[in-house]
Order: sequence, then structure tokens, then C-alpha cells
Amino acid sequence: MMASSYTAKEEDGHITVSGPGALRSRKPENTAFKQQRLPAWQPILTAGTVLPAFFIIGLLFIPIGIGLFVTSNNIKEFEIDYTGVDASSPCYNCSQSFSWNSSRPCTCSIPFYLEQPYESNVYVYYGLSNFYQNHRRYVKSRDDSQLNGDPKSLMEPSKECEPYAFHENKPIAPCGAIANSMFNDTLELFYNDPNGTKVQILLNTTGIAWWTDKHVKFGNPGGNSPNLTAAFQGTTKPINWRRPVFDLDADEANNGFINEDFIVWMRTAALPTFRKLYRIINKKSGMVPTLPRGNYSLEVVYNYPVRSFEGRKRMILSTISWMGGKNPFLGIAYITVGSVCFFLGVVLLLIHHKCGNRNNNADISN
Amino acid sequence: MSSLLSFYLDLVPSPPCLRCFVLQLGRDERRVDSRSICVGHRSSSNNEAFIPPKFCDNRIVSSKYTIWNFLPKNLFEQFRRIANFYFLIIFLVQVIVDTPTSPVTSGLPLVFVITVTAIKQGYEDWLRHKADNEVNKYPVTVLEQGRRVRKESEKIKVGDVLESSRDDDTCFVTTASLDGESNHKTHYTVPDTEKDLESLNATIECEQPQPDLYKFVGRMHIYKTDQEPAVRSLGPENLLLKGSTLKNTQTICGVAIYTGMETKMALNYQGKSQKRSAVEKSINAFLLVYLCILVSKALLCTILKYVWQNNPGQDEPWYNEKTQREKDTNLYLKMFTDFLSFMVLFNFIIPVSMYVTVEMQKFLGSFFITWDKDFFDPEIKEGALVNTSDLNEELGQVEYVFTDKTGTLTQNNMEFIECCIDGFQYKYQDAGTDLDGFCVTDGPVNKVQHKAGREKEELFLRALCLCHTVQVKESPEQGQGQRDGLMDQVDGLGADGEGLHPPPQEQRGFIASSPDEVALVKGAMRYGFTFLGFESKTMKILTRDNDVERYELLHVLNFDPVRRRMSVIVRSKSGDTLLFCKGADSSIFPRVRQEEVERIRMNVERNATEGYRTLCVAYKYLNAEEYAQADAGLREARLALQDREEKLMAVYNQVETGMSLIGATAVEDRLQEEAAETMEALQGAGMKVWVLTGDKMETAKSTCYACRLFQKNTELLELTVRTLEDGGRRREERLHELLVEYHKKAVQDAPPVKAGVTRAWSSANHDYGFIIDGATLSMVLNSSSESNSSRYKNLFLQICQNCTSVLCCRMAPLQKAQIVKMVKNSKGSPITLSIGDGANDVSMILEAHVGIGIKGKEGRQAVRNSDYAIPKLKHLKKLLLAHGHLYYVRIAHLVQYFFYKNLCFILPQFLYQFFCGYSQQPLYDAAYLTMYNICFTSLPILAYSLLEQHICMEVLLDNATLYRGIAKNGMLRWGPFFYWTLLGVFHGLLFFFGVRYLFGNPALQDNGQVFGNWSYGTIVFTVLVFTVTLKLALDTRHWTWINHFVIWGSLAFYVFFSFFWGGIIWPFLKQQRLYFVFANMLSSVSAWLAIILLILLSLLPEILLVVFRKLRGPNAGQMKHRLPSSGTSTIFMLSQTASTHSFSWTD
Repeated sequence: MMASSYTAKEEDGHITVSGPGALRSRKPENTAFKQQRLPAWQPILTAGTVLPAFFIIGLLFIPIGIGLFVTSNNIKEFEIDYTGVDASSPCYNCSQSFSWNSSRPCTCSIPFYLEQPYESNVYVYYGLSNFYQNHRRYVKSRDDSQLNGDPKSLMEPSKECEPYAFHENKPIAPCGAIANSMFNDTLELFYNDPNGTKVQILLNTTGIAWWTDKHVKFGNPGGNSPNLTAAFQGTTKPINWRRPVFDLDADEANNGFINEDFIVWMRTAALPTFRKLYRIINKKSGMVPTLPRGNYSLEVVYNYPVRSFEGRKRMILSTISWMGGKNPFLGIAYITVGSVCFFLGVVLLLIHHKCGNRNNNADISN
Repeated sequence: MSSLLSFYLDLVPSPPCLRCFVLQLGRDERRVDSRSICVGHRSSSNNEAFIPPKFCDNRIVSSKYTIWNFLPKNLFEQFRRIANFYFLIIFLVQVIVDTPTSPVTSGLPLVFVITVTAIKQGYEDWLRHKADNEVNKYPVTVLEQGRRVRKESEKIKVGDVLESSRDDDTCFVTTASLDGESNHKTHYTVPDTEKDLESLNATIECEQPQPDLYKFVGRMHIYKTDQEPAVRSLGPENLLLKGSTLKNTQTICGVAIYTGMETKMALNYQGKSQKRSAVEKSINAFLLVYLCILVSKALLCTILKYVWQNNPGQDEPWYNEKTQREKDTNLYLKMFTDFLSFMVLFNFIIPVSMYVTVEMQKFLGSFFITWDKDFFDPEIKEGALVNTSDLNEELGQVEYVFTDKTGTLTQNNMEFIECCIDGFQYKYQDAGTDLDGFCVTDGPVNKVQHKAGREKEELFLRALCLCHTVQVKESPEQGQGQRDGLMDQVDGLGADGEGLHPPPQEQRGFIASSPDEVALVKGAMRYGFTFLGFESKTMKILTRDNDVERYELLHVLNFDPVRRRMSVIVRSKSGDTLLFCKGADSSIFPRVRQEEVERIRMNVERNATEGYRTLCVAYKYLNAEEYAQADAGLREARLALQDREEKLMAVYNQVETGMSLIGATAVEDRLQEEAAETMEALQGAGMKVWVLTGDKMETAKSTCYACRLFQKNTELLELTVRTLEDGGRRREERLHELLVEYHKKAVQDAPPVKAGVTRAWSSANHDYGFIIDGATLSMVLNSSSESNSSRYKNLFLQICQNCTSVLCCRMAPLQKAQIVKMVKNSKGSPITLSIGDGANDVSMILEAHVGIGIKGKEGRQAVRNSDYAIPKLKHLKKLLLAHGHLYYVRIAHLVQYFFYKNLCFILPQFLYQFFCGYSQQPLYDAAYLTMYNICFTSLPILAYSLLEQHICMEVLLDNATLYRGIAKNGMLRWGPFFYWTLLGVFHGLLFFFGVRYLFGNPALQDNGQVFGNWSYGTIVFTVLVFTVTLKLALDTRHWTWINHFVIWGSLAFYVFFSFFWGGIIWPFLKQQRLYFVFANMLSSVSAWLAIILLILLSLLPEILLVVFRKLRGPNAGQMKHRLPSSGTSTIFMLSQTASTHSFSWTD
């Protein structure tokens, strides 16, 4: 029999067993972990170890930066604002006389001149400003399962879609504020050949959305059933749309929820000023530049009102490099950081050298 | 049959038996001062109005919860904590109000925290249940109507007679599990109880349960059929406590008087008040700052939102209309919910997980103390003990160390050194060889000068042999079941002189409650007088002439610290009644004839300066009349139920007068191992060491010299009764004068002390040591006039703070606590540490910020009440300098890092509001918001806070000065906090705007496709996770494989998780926001380059700072090196037995 070990202590946090301890030898184990003697690497940042790093960073970053900067500079970009705020602007009339219900689309044509030929693929973007696609109420106003082709969600859109879930007691497909406000201007490019003819430039509608979005995340109800009209039976189009969802494109593979324009729009932008990929102008074979130097005109079917919130609409033509679109920021940042590192490396080296000398002297004098 | 019995309840032993009782508790529920117990539940016939008493059963319940109430009760307990409650509120807001993040984001971490805590508490409670059950189901034998019945312990009721006999009326117990005193204690049966258990009819009246282990007052009425009821007093010596263990006794019978939760043991296990560490206070302050930041952020956003919405077209553009409900909501209500939403959005700035991590760090970290093999003491086979893990870091912040002397600085291992009889000094020289000279005629006494008369000599030795409460440990053949021999810490008599003693003493050992007594009895034995033990109230001693003398022990006037003496009254065979008294000089001298005093005083003082503990021995003859008077007085006082102590004291004082002094003894108390080194290291670390002792000034002073607390160039400022009486004026005046004088000397004239300089190498400066005694201290603290009191107190404190060491002698336990409290509450509220080993140190251990108990010889009370317990004083050095330092650095870094990482986590989210129309759109996906603190960044910092050794332990131990670097909460002051906050802000700004400029053109892929808002958040988040983890990696100075594993593992996990999270269409999610966002991000070269750039740019200042610090470092390092290391000067100090202070001059 042993003395009672009434050991449970009422203590917040720690329980200790304190019997008449003499009986049990509780010699702590001599393991490296328990004795806090695990083998350890003890790096010390000294000028000696950091200096090479600084130089390496400097030497690495400056070329990268220069490369980025040059690349970015080589990207050709052309931007044109067609909002029509000024009275002089061709689209002024369209922007003034806007009505959702007008049956006749308003069109306007903006001429522009490309000073340089665009050699490679050209990407056509539309840009919107002061458009808060990242507003919380807006961002959540969608139903991803409906967009994925779920038949149940098609008929009973999520509550998040309010107030764009039902219209006249019919479910809206696609529901939600994002879908409802889909960009619906039509942009067409014409090349004004010096010989006077107006050549329409072929704009490619595919390849503008993320592959995974088009093939996995978005899907039409009824799977690959050819009859989209039947699949969307019982739903109604979003209030602001002019055509129902199953009528977005003649191409079956680009119609309904998997319409790429729609998918691109559904990826909400990060900032209130944004651009979205609209079309791609593929490079023609041979040495002919995709867009030769010369006069062009942009023909706009002006459907999208932005003046009520003081927005702006732009059309952007851009070539693309390995780093994406034109963005001088990265190049400049890399060059700056690289030079700063290099400069610091030099300063440190000097100080280190001086200090080292002083220390040596001090040691000797001691 | 085992001779060991454990008691599961407090009972009054009565080897023969007992009977019935009366209950005085009326019908009303009034609390009464005493309880009455019917022995054996046999209602006495003369009491008709018997109301069954209601006592609690013998079940011990130390557990908090049952299965049924665990959930509600635990949840309630947990949500009483402010932090948990805050997160609950946030969670509820998320559920009720339409908020940007789903309730899951804060609900999940909260559930995690609550679950982990609940599991921990549940496990602890399960352990308690197990311990309870072990106790409650223990089988016992109960005597019911003469039959022996086996019962479970929990079914014992008050009044039950339990069996557990020895012809003798005594039994021995040890109370090792109660207070750790493993020495055998003698308990007595109630005198004059009949031998027949059946016929006993008695009631016991005793006090209500109270926690004091050493106090018990009761009375037993024994009803005999033919006589008046006899009344017997019951004292603590009649009470066996629950938790004590019967030794050398086979069976006893007892009656249960306190059961279950009313036993003294249970009453003593009430939780201590929670101590809070300085770090926790800092955390709370920082928390407040962050709460302010949070509220102001939310307010700012709300205001800006409504300002912004006033612009035409912004509130509700055509593309983003409100729902009908939103339109109907009242504007002010909307504003309020918006404010709440912003609070919810930013609430991550106050990290839930920090509390969990801090708790885990403390809990797990404390294991390193228990695991440390350096703290293991082979003698007691125990290592360090951690009673609370809340104070680990406080060990690194100690500024004042209050130490007990006996048992802490000294070993409490007493050795009889010399004695002085009638003014002549007898020195015992060598225990081993001297025995040859042991012969009857000569005596073992090595005469230094002349010898005192033989008669005096023998009287003195008899006094030593009789005046004590020592028990002789029985030799094996007497008590058969002595398997417990190993367990006893009994001072066994060595091999010396055994052959010369009469037969039964082969294994003689003495058992006493104080080691002094054993030393004295053994000392007397060396001079030829051997105490043979008790034989029922008779003490036998073997004289030098090998005669056995018998003395009848009439009374023991127990020792207590107030009287500072004890006496016995014995009757010799010749019929003389004698009183022997031993005690401190101060308490004996006034009670003896003055002419005898002078001769002995000189010796006593000399012994005291040599660091010995001195006791004076006196005696007196009592004539029959005197004895009768004393006897009656003592008996009466012992029967008193109220104020028994006071009454006894009065009688004691009355009896112990007019004695004659025979001599004095000197006992040496050795210094603890490495006491001096430890003290020096502590002082080198910038701690002020105060010695608080109940001992006399001279002894304490010499100990201080031996411990190097005072050195040869230390100027001692004495403020004691002696110096006060020097001037011959009133004490008050003199006190005032001295205080002012010392103050001038030590405070005003002293050059301003520079923080970095310590006395070890500034010996040119004047060092002051301050000495004060208990009487003077109470004059300082309780001065007659109120204004003086606070002024004196101030002067006193200022003087003390400027002295390197302070010695407070003649302290009562409460005064020790008073001093600690005074320093604790003084300016700058320094962190105090008390270390002690005895019950008299408990009060100061409890009072100080950190209480350390030493597992010494004086029982376990100090250990039980301490926060940390160590086997030896020398362990204090490592505990503070290494463990404390590391714990502090670890937790300080942990706290700062946590605030930092959450600031730069939430700041981009805050900045994003300016770009999303103040719509509370979260920047990061909900999964990231939730997982950031739980998964991605929690483990590296936990590993860091457990394993980091920014300086390795050996270096910390060798350079005590390093401890000063973190003094005064150095890493958690506003400066460092500001730095970290700034760093967080810098990182936050960098992350957000870096990505913002990258998104100047969102076409970041080489196929011209664009990124959306979730890509934006994911890039920021990736930079964030990598930066904060790498920042920690930069700070880590001690990379074990665990660090590598968790740091790289966390990053890998983040990447893996992101792929996984974005790789599947999750059916339970309403929105597939992150679908392939991460993978797409990685397919963009620009995103890669931006991420690398931002991470590097964030860490660059940090690296620069480290390097620049290092560049200045070499000089500082050299300076340190030139200083003499504290180790060298202590070489000489290792002579631990140094008893004179001449040694310290040689340095």
C-alpha cells in the first residue's frame, strides 16, 4: 500500500503529480530534445555572409529589371476612349440618348491612326473606369452552381443573386448583378486601306477566357445537349440583356454559359479601373504585320451606359509578351531594387573594410 | 499485515474504543463554532432530542465537471474570458448581420480554440476523477456494532469507528503527502479511554473544519454508566489527518470527525490566487492598442463609405442595385451594421490563435524545466517541479531576489560543533578518531580551557538529552514490518561508537521535527549521554557511567517561533521535578539570573559571528507546589476550546521564569552547494539579493559574508535594535536620525549608478549593505504618526534600493511577506522572486511575483505553495539565467510577432476598402482568412517559441550580465512594439501597393488573359505568407530539424493547400472563387517576379538592420570581453564550510 497520492491540483493550466516522490525515481531522460540540446544550425547574419548576397541580388535583379523594362517597352499598346463625354466625340450622341429599351442600337465610329505596325498577335481589350466590379454586393451576386449547369440552381437561383434572381416570377439565367450588367457594346475594327477600301479585321472570339473556367467551372444545363433553348426553358433573360443567354453566339461551343465573353465578364476585376480581354487578332501567316501602320476606325454598337456613374469606356489594342501586357512597374522596380542592393553592398563593403581595419588596430593596441 | 496504513479521512485515534454523542446543532441552519460527533453512532440515552447530524460524506470531489455538466459548464467558463467572449461576439455578429466574411471564418478558429481548451481541461478533470476514485473506492474497515465491515472509503460517515492497536497509547505517522515532512510524528490516544470498544459511550466536540494542519481543538466526553462524564482534551496530537501514513504501528482505531471535503487536506487544496506575468500585462496593453486601431479603422471606413456614397451614382449604380430589404433598412441602422461589418472584416487583427499559442507555448515550454537533468538531485531523486506554467517568462525578468537563509542558503544539515558549559568552551574536534578517547572517567570532552565542574557538565548533558521531542527510531527486530526504512529520512547514527553502546542500538536513528534537535541529542551522545527513547511517558537515558536513568516526562512545552524556546518538565527517580528549557539567547537571557548571563553571552556571540546557530540551555527545580500549579494551569489551558493558544502561552510564560542558565550550544549549518557562486551570478545579472531570515543578526551576517553578498569593501548600514539603542535616546528619534544619515550616505552622495556597470568591476565605488531587524522594521512600517510612516518607508526603500544586498533578520513570516509586498509595490513595480524551503517562507513565496520552493528538509509546504520548486539553491542560477532568459525572449518574440503578422495580414484588406467602394469586400478568400492563423503561420512561431536559443545556454550561464539586456521587460516595451508595428505597417503597405501597381495592367498572362480580384488577393496572400514565415526564419538563431521542418513545411503546405483548394469544384461552397486561381497565378511570370521582389523588398530592411547592428557589434563584443568574467573571482569561494569570514578578505 502506498500513501494516497491526492495529486490533482486545481490549477489553471498545469497539472503536477506530486506524490511522495521518493518512491519513484523521476530522473529526467537525457535526450537531446528534452535537454534542449538538439543539434542546431546557428546562422549568424554578418556583413561577410550578407555582402555576397547583396551583390548577387544586385547583379541578378538589374538584368532582370532591364529585361522586363525593355520587354514592356517593346509591347505596343494603343488605347482609345470612346465614352463620348465631350460633345466633339463621335459617340457623344449615343452616350446622351441612352435608354435600355431602345430597339435601335446606337452606333458610332471612331477613327484612329496606328503609328507603328503591330507584328504579333494583337489583343483587343475593353476597359472600364470607375466601375466597381469589386463591390461586395456585386461580387457575391452570382450563383456558381447555376453557372456550372446545375439544373436545380437554374430554376432556383441562389439568394445571393437578389435582386436579380427572379423576373416576373421566372428565374433569371444567368442570375445576379454581375451577369445582368454584362458588357454588351460591340466593338468592330476596320482598316482603312490607303487605297480607300475599308477592311474589317477578323476578331477571334475564343481563347479569351481561362481554359478551366470555360471547360470546368462553367457549363450549360443539360450537358452537351445541342438544344440550348430547351435547356433554358422556363428561365428568363437578365433584365438588361437584349438577348437570352442561349442566343449569345451562333457557335454552339461558345453559347450559353460557356460563352467566353460572358465568362470573362464573370471574373470580377480587382480594381475599379480595369480591362478585360475582348477579342484576339491572330497573326496572319507570312511577314505581313497583324495590324499594319495606318488609319483604322473603331465601330461601336453603343449599348453600355456608364455616364450615370461617371465611368469611362476604352478600347485597347495591345501586343503581349512573356510577361503579359505592358506594365513598366515591374521593370522599374527590379532595376531600383537591384541598384539599391548593389549600392548597399558597396557601402557595406566599405564600412566592413573600415571597421575590420579599426578592429584589427584595436586588437594590436591591446 | 502491513504496518502502513493510509488515512482517508481525519480521525481521532483511540486504540481502545469510544462511544456516543450529542448534537447541538439546532433546527436553524445557523453556523456553530463547534461540531459534536456521536462516536460509533450510538445515541446516548440521556439525550432524547437527538437530531441526526448532517455532515458531508467522505467522498472527495476535486473534479470540476461531471459528464453531464461538462459541456455547458466548460463553455460558460471559457466564455468568461474576455478574448473568447470577444470572438464569440464577432461570431454572433457574423451570424446575425450580413457581413463580408462567412461566420465560418471566425467560427472555425473559435471552435478550434474552444475545443482544444475543452479537451485539455477535460483531460485534467479526468485525471482528477481518477485520483478521486482511487481515494474514494479505497477499502476500509469499519466497526459496526462490534462487527468489522469492509466498506469503500467514500461511504464513511462522521462518527464511524474505524479500525486500523498497539498496547502503547501512541502511534507514529508521517505526513509526507501532506506537508512533505517525512519524519515520524507521535500521535497519542485520548487518555483514559477504556480498553473496551463496545462499552464506550462518548461524544466528541470539536471545532468546525479549518485548513490549518497544525491546529485542532476538541473535547471528548466519556460517559460511563457509574460515574460523572469524564472530559478529555483533544489536540492536534490526537488527530490523524487524512493523507498521513501510519508507521511502526500495526492497528489503530479511530473515529471519523471530518470527512470528505471537510478534511484538512481537502481544505488545503484550494487553488491559489492566479499570478499574472508582466508579459501578460504587456499583451493586454498591446491588445488595447490594436483594439483601438481596429475600432478606428472600422470607424474611418464607415465614415468614408457614407461620404463616398453621397457622390451621385456611387451608392446604387444601375449595375449593382440593392435588394428591397436593404433599401428599407433605416440609415442609422445601416451605418451601425456597416460598422459591425468592418469590425468583422478587420477582426483578424486581434489574433484568436495568439491566446492558444501563448498557452501552448507556456504549457509545453514548462516541460523543459521538469525535463532538465541539471535540476535533478540524486539525493532526493527528484528534479524540478513546475506548479504553474504561467510565469515561465517572469523568470527572465527578476529584479529582486528574496531568499530565506536556513535551508535555502544553508543546508539545514545541522552538526553539533561546540558547547559552552558554565562559561567554559568545549569543542568537539573529530568525530571519527576521538572515540578512542571515550572513557568513563575522562569524558569525551576535549577541554579547551578549564573544565566546568563535573556536576554542571552532567546537568548540561542531561538537559540536552531530555529537553527535546526526538523519537528514537526503532530497530528492525522491534517493528517487523519496516520495509519503509528506505523511505525515511532519518538521521541514522553512523558507524561510530556502536559497539560501545548497549545491544538494541544497532540501527539507532533519531526522528525529530527539527534537525537542530537531532544534532543536539547526537552531540550529547558524543559526550557520553545517550538518549535511549521513550517507554510510555518515561524517558531513558544512558549516562557516561553506563547507568540507565529514567525520567518521567510530565509536560512538553512545545516550541513555537514566537517564544523561540521549548521546555520539558520531567520527574527524576529521586522525585525531583525539573524543568529544562532551551531556546534562542534572546528568549532565554531575560528569564534567567542575570549574573550567569555574561559569561555565556560572550561565547554565544562569538559562535553567532562564526555563523553557527546557537541555543541556550537553562533549568530550574520545581517544588511540589510550583509543579502542582503549573500542572493545573497547563491542563486547564489544554482543555479550553477557545483561545487555547493564548491561554497556553500565558501558562508557558509563567512557568518558564526564574531559571538558571547552564550553557549554550553551537550548531553549524553548512552553506548550500555553490551558494556563493549562485548569489554572485544573480548579482552579476543585476538582481538585488535580499536575505530575509528569522535568525539572529550575527549568524545571518556571517552567512551573508560566506555567500559573498557582503564583501570586505561593503560598508554595512545597520538599522537594528542595537544601533537604535546606542545613542541612549528614544528609539523613534534615533531611527529618524539613522534613516536620514544612511539615506544621505547611500542615496544622495552615491554617484548615479550607470546601468551597465556592476559592482564586480566597480569596486572603487562604495558598496553598501543594509541590515535591518524585525523590531526596527515594524517601527519603520508602523511608525506612530501616519506621515512619518510613509516617509520612513520611502527613505528605507530608497536606501535599500541603493544597496547591493540587504539583510533582514529576526523576521516573522508575515514580515517577510510585508517586505516583499513593499518592494513589489515600490516605484517601477520591479519583479520580485522569493525563494525558501520552509513553512515560514510560504507567505513570501505567495506574495512575490515568482515563488520558488526548495525541496528541502523542512517539509513540503514551501514547495506546495511555490510556482516552481527546485531541489537545490544552485539550480536557481540556471533556472533564471538560462531558462528564464530564454523563455522571456521566446514569449516576447512570440507576442510581438503575432501582432506583427496579423497587422500586415489585415492592413492590405483595410487598404482594399479604398478601392472597392468601402463595401467590406474581403481581399482574401474565406479559406485563407480562416487558415492563415491556424495553419499557415502558427507552427513555425510555436516551434520558435519552444526551441529558440538566441544565445546558447552555456554562454548565458557564463555571462550573467546578459540577463540585464532583457531587464525591465526590455523586449515588450513600447519601443520594440512600435518597431514591430511599423514593420507590420511597412509590410502591409508594400504588399498591397506592390500588387496594386502590378495590377495596373491586369493582363498578366502570356496569353493576354486577365486576372480578377481573387487573383489579386491570392498574390498578396502568397507574398504575405512567405514574408512572415521568412521573417521568422531570419529571426531564428537556432535551427533544429524541427524548425526546418515546420518552416519549410508550412510554406509547402500553403502551396499544396492552395493547389488543392483551387483544384476542385467544392460542392458545399456557394462560390467557387478560387477555382484555379492559384495555378493560374503561378503560370504568370509577372506574378512570380512580383512575388519574389516583394518578399525580398520586405525583408531587406530587416537584413540591413541585423548587419548594421553586427557592424557595430564587434566593438560591443570586445568591450564585454574585456570585462572580467564573473567566474574567476569566485574560485576562492568554493570552500563551502567556511565559517569565519576571514577567508573573504583574501580575495
